[in-house]
Amino acid sequence: MNTKTSRRAFLKVSVLASGGMLLSFNSLLLGKSFTREAMSLSAESFELNSFIKIATDGTITLMSANPEFGSNVKTSMPMILADELDVDWGKVTVEQADFYPERFQRQFTGGSQGIRLGWKPLRTAGATARRMLVEAAAKTWSVPVEEITTESGMLYHRGSGKKAGYGEMASLAATLPVPKDVQLKKLSALNIIGTSQKNVEGKSIVTGKPLFGMDYKQDGMLIAMVTHAPAIGQAIKSVDDKAARAMPGIKDIFTINTLRDDYERNAFDTTTFTEMVVVVGNTTWEVMNAKKALKIEWQLAPEKKIMVKGWGGSTQPVVIPAGLESTVTHKAKMKEMSAKPGNVLRKDGDPEGAFKTAAKIIERTYTAPYLAHNTMEPVNCFAHVTAEKAEIFGATQAPEFIMQTLVARLGLPKEKIHIRLARMGGGFGLRAYCHHILEAALISQKVNAPVKMVYTREDDMTYGIYRPTYTATYKAGLDEKNNLIAFHVRGGGVPEHAVHANRFPAGAVDNYLAEGWEINSNITIGAFRAPRSNFIAAAEQSFLDELAELAGKDPIAFRLELLDRAKTNPVGKNNDYNPDRYAGVLKLVREKSNWDQTKPNISRGVAAYFCHNTYVAEVVDLRLDGNKPVIEKVVAGVDCGIVVNPDAAANMGEGAIVDGIGNVLFGEMTFKDGVPEKNNFHQYKMVRQKDAPGAIEVHFVKNEEEPTGLGEPLFPPIFAAVANALYRASGKRYYDQPFEKQIQVNRSRM
Amino acid sequence: MATINLNINGKQQAVDVDPKTPLLWVLRDHLDLVGAKYGCGMAQCGACTVIMEGNAVRSCSLPVSSVANKKITTIEGLSANGDHPVQKAWLEHDVAQCGYCQAGQIMAAVALLGKKPNPSDEEIETAMNGNICRCGTYLRIKAAINTAAKS
Repeated sequence: MNTKTSRRAFLKVSVLASGGMLLSFNSLLLGKSFTREAMSLSAESFELNSFIKIATDGTITLMSANPEFGSNVKTSMPMILADELDVDWGKVTVEQADFYPERFQRQFTGGSQGIRLGWKPLRTAGATARRMLVEAAAKTWSVPVEEITTESGMLYHRGSGKKAGYGEMASLAATLPVPKDVQLKKLSALNIIGTSQKNVEGKSIVTGKPLFGMDYKQDGMLIAMVTHAPAIGQAIKSVDDKAARAMPGIKDIFTINTLRDDYERNAFDTTTFTEMVVVVGNTTWEVMNAKKALKIEWQLAPEKKIMVKGWGGSTQPVVIPAGLESTVTHKAKMKEMSAKPGNVLRKDGDPEGAFKTAAKIIERTYTAPYLAHNTMEPVNCFAHVTAEKAEIFGATQAPEFIMQTLVARLGLPKEKIHIRLARMGGGFGLRAYCHHILEAALISQKVNAPVKMVYTREDDMTYGIYRPTYTATYKAGLDEKNNLIAFHVRGGGVPEHAVHANRFPAGAVDNYLAEGWEINSNITIGAFRAPRSNFIAAAEQSFLDELAELAGKDPIAFRLELLDRAKTNPVGKNNDYNPDRYAGVLKLVREKSNWDQTKPNISRGVAAYFCHNTYVAEVVDLRLDGNKPVIEKVVAGVDCGIVVNPDAAANMGEGAIVDGIGNVLFGEMTFKDGVPEKNNFHQYKMVRQKDAPGAIEVHFVKNEEEPTGLGEPLFPPIFAAVANALYRASGKRYYDQPFEKQIQVNRSRM
Repeated sequence: MATINLNINGKQQAVDVDPKTPLLWVLRDHLDLVGAKYGCGMAQCGACTVIMEGNAVRSCSLPVSSVANKKITTIEGLSANGDHPVQKAWLEHDVAQCGYCQAGQIMAAVALLGKKPNPSDEEIETAMNGNICRCGTYLRIKAAINTAAKS
């Protein structure tokens, strides 16, 4: 979705939503209130558009459309509205909107796009509502619109001394036509955007209020748990549920089949197991115990051919191969494929010829394993499906992607399917895949009761939808003066490669070749914080570090030299980055980390990357305690344009850095005969308090560029920054993630 | 099934459950106290942390029969208005991202400060190492504990 389209679409919605205005909250959706809180307002409330409600007592309610998974959109996006509406942030109430795409357009949290794509529509919505209030005041006071000013939720007419709160004008404003070309504030006049505001749900979080899908409860609600095959590639052969049925509190046990093989799936209908045995009962503990008492025989699942509708709307056949796959086999196959040419993704100049003339050539291969998302809140969902309607409450990053499948599978029109968005106990990409919503809905439909379906941690970790396993081989040629004259990347993975052919250093090298190859698999994969970038940045930025060393250059100076080339005399036309902004974050981090000064007993590594529209460079200060890395400090330089909520932005950056440190050192999922070899945190090592850096500084480039994403871009560079610092600390390069068990001091190199 | 007397957040109450039921599920399913979270079910992540007789314990792995009559505090019982010094420090540092683990983190921090009112950074790291935060808010957690210790 581009910003232009979304803005136009938004304005259309505004007109629709405010056309009749005095909208009754009771009539909006399925006979239920649009938001429960709205019902409790004692004063009469008026909608100025989809996002803004103003009550006659002056209460201002801002809707947060996007699902919240911890990136703080529920605070930062309404801040944008509030600024243009010209109200005091401390006096507004923020409510989570239900899924209602006709009103809100994009209700998707992912791809670090919330703020970027929300920036103009939200500013416009705020400014439009403000303008309608101004017009209402002008009409009431019979004065020209231009003479009215606003401040902190008040309207003023200086000439006559008249003033009124927004609440007093809301009912009239809501009847006015929606103005078309409203004036947005000058950037210098913004007074909420750019200030640090605390999480609007902070108090609820620290007092343990029910916020998450897992916390949901209603009268008559049953608990359901599913059992999927222990190995990916298996299907049910037989179920003996006799013992489980006899256990206390158990209501029903049955098998569900979520998606038929001939169902044309959407891109986010990724489902590892379409067959599951379901236990339904009164309480979680009873159901957990009965689940353990099931006796299920499994058999090999046959190869499946399915149709999948991609992002662009075109449908592609996909083969899900039969078989039980293992990490050992994946590694061998990847090694074999790495030696062969892949599909050419980009070629500039004559790489083969240039390598022949090169004075020095270096070639290195990098690998990374599958990763499990391991959100702290295991997958769960509430559903109540009757013959007339479906009520859903759960964690999802992407409600729009499941609606079509719910319609097809439940046999209800979408108007009768109401999805409410729970705060998510983490997302990281996992909750873009909504199989859990479908599973909960089918279970509720079958038992004809409200049901909360809950995965155990083991169900969650072994379900599939992992970050893929990748490899990339880099080769570079330097001439006699140590100039980079040839560059070749060949990347692959199961089942996708991670090569972004038009990203840096494409554009900075005359002779450049990028290739990709893929191996099909039945192990399901999905978006994982900065998909593909999270591996390729690690490989590329580790390689550039080694290449700079070969060229005898400082790693930052070497990158800046290449970026200067890409700016002054770029190679090719499709280079997917702005060399100035890229260089800007490197210069910022060089300054803020005092890169040019050495520190006693500290080894430093740097890496930089551009993804999700944001430029990031990071410096890691590390020392080894025996073979254990101790990260003293991480300094990040970030260019994401205007920063809406600086402290919250820093928090997310710190989190991405800690997340990356955990994954590069420990993160790993492996398979044996289709079975994920880790199923809980005793086996899957997560980053913990003791592994976190001593300090993290996140510095933002100050500019007036429109804001871009922040949830993902600080994640990819940390992998290589750690690898490069580890090299300097240990004298040994690290190529195969995770590194923890390989760390060893190479005395001969020290 | 058995009747078990519980002392939770200063309130005596009896529950009639399978005595092997972990305290976590009694809190969540029977007593509507959902602040303690389910994360792993095997005392590995700390999301379910509550305080029992002054100690941080993992409620997911404690059979309810073993905690009868013991003094248990959950996040809901920490303060009437969310103004316990640790809660206030958490808000001051705007610690949470997704927030799912934070009730467990706060309870672990409260237990730590109960024993060591002025913990060193190393003591904080050791005491808090059992509580996973997948969002990676560890530095803010540490800073909030230091702030709470000073208050």
